[in-house]
Amino acid sequence: MFLLAAALLIQPAIEPQTDWDKEFGIEEKVRDPVTGEFPVDPYVRDNRHAGATPFSGSAMAEAFGGQDGIRRIANRTVELSEADLRIAAIFVSHDMVRLKRTLFEQFCYILNAGCYYSGRDMATSHKDLGIRMRDMNALVENLQAAMREEKIPFAAQSRFLSKLAPMSGDVITR
Amino acid sequence: MDQPLLRFSAALLLVLATAAPAQAEDTPLIDGGKLLLTNGVATIEGTSGGGVASWSTIAGRETDRGIGLSGHVTLIELPDYGWQSHGFAVGIANRIELSYARQNFDTRDVGAALGLGEGYTLNQDIFAAKVRLLGDVVYGDPLLPQISVGIEHKRNRDTPVALAVGAAHGKGTDVTISATKLFLSHSVLVNATARLTKANQTGLLGFGAAGKNDHSLQFEGSIAYQLSRRAVIGAEYRTKPDNLAFAREDDWLDLFAAYALTKNLTVTAAYVDLGSIATFHKQRGGMLSAQFAF
Repeated sequence: MFLLAAALLIQPAIEPQTDWDKEFGIEEKVRDPVTGEFPVDPYVRDNRHAGATPFSGSAMAEAFGGQDGIRRIANRTVELSEADLRIAAIFVSHDMVRLKRTLFEQFCYILNAGCYYSGRDMATSHKDLGIRMRDMNALVENLQAAMREEKIPFAAQSRFLSKLAPMSGDVITR
Repeated sequence: MDQPLLRFSAALLLVLATAAPAQAEDTPLIDGGKLLLTNGVATIEGTSGGGVASWSTIAGRETDRGIGLSGHVTLIELPDYGWQSHGFAVGIANRIELSYARQNFDTRDVGAALGLGEGYTLNQDIFAAKVRLLGDVVYGDPLLPQISVGIEHKRNRDTPVALAVGAAHGKGTDVTISATKLFLSHSVLVNATARLTKANQTGLLGFGAAGKNDHSLQFEGSIAYQLSRRAVIGAEYRTKPDNLAFAREDDWLDLFAAYALTKNLTVTAAYVDLGSIATFHKQRGGMLSAQFAF
């Protein structure tokens, strides 16, 4: 008891916390009150940034349940990946609000379900993530799981993946 | 259950349970990052492929940053013969595959007819290496297949029998080049392999023959349709040399179905038509193979 009291007494007084962000000149990022997203450096928007030409016709969009189904799949893929211990660390400092939106737009655009893609291109958006092939495989498995939950036929799942698989060169950086 | 054993089991479980998460964090050498079925299934020669045809795939479930392992057992039941083979393979960084397989070919009554003795078993060891040169089965340019070159050194363990039926050698080396691609847009996998070989019935009847002692160019083709993440069906065709004078040798074909029961266990069942073997025709039967991969 006495030792504990002594230990508490000799503890140094708590110093005022240093604002390290200020010391190093880092500005605090503030989420946009409307979109809930962090601001990003300006870039030119172009559908070609989606990294694939869209399917023609409406069959794929219908197979995926239109924009509602696609949004559920995009959100679920992100949620499964955030909870996936294999790749969760990649998303720790990521703007998940923006990711869910841009991933939905990309899926929707490629599936020809009536969207524009407003995100950055695949090389730019993945360049600092340090993604390895096994990480991309884990993401594919999560996307497959999300598509299964939406009861997307396997042939349509693979057909969609055929548009994403060639992006591996831009996504896998190490 | 007696106390010490119970305590030991509990301790072991505790060690395993605590070791597992630690392993997940510092990305172990063996953690199986490949997509299901993209490591293929073991061939009768121990390489990874489609069962009868070798593919450009690298065995094991590891991607480019670790070491994958694979082991298999294959049984083929034919009208006059029984086949059993087993082996293992190591896949290094999804680049190099090293494999070993042992083939045991039971001649049953044919053994007696050929004067070898009933149930005489022809045996062979196969040591193989395969290197992925370029491309990826799944990723990258959708029209660029994964291409690998391989070498299979075969050592017949019944050389006197092979020589007696007219083979020139008891040992031989095959060279293969394979191209494999999964065309996701159609859920179809296609493989084409060219093989330089002297092997008579894969080498179980030796290599070459008098006057036919050159390697000949043979072809192996596979086409498969993926039904689900776990299930695939397909067909394969494999041409073979016809060196021996005493018996005709036919091309092989098979129709297979493979299912990944778990990410580590794939079971393959096939109908195989191995044609005429050592004067006994119409060797059509069933093949069953189990592969464990990590």
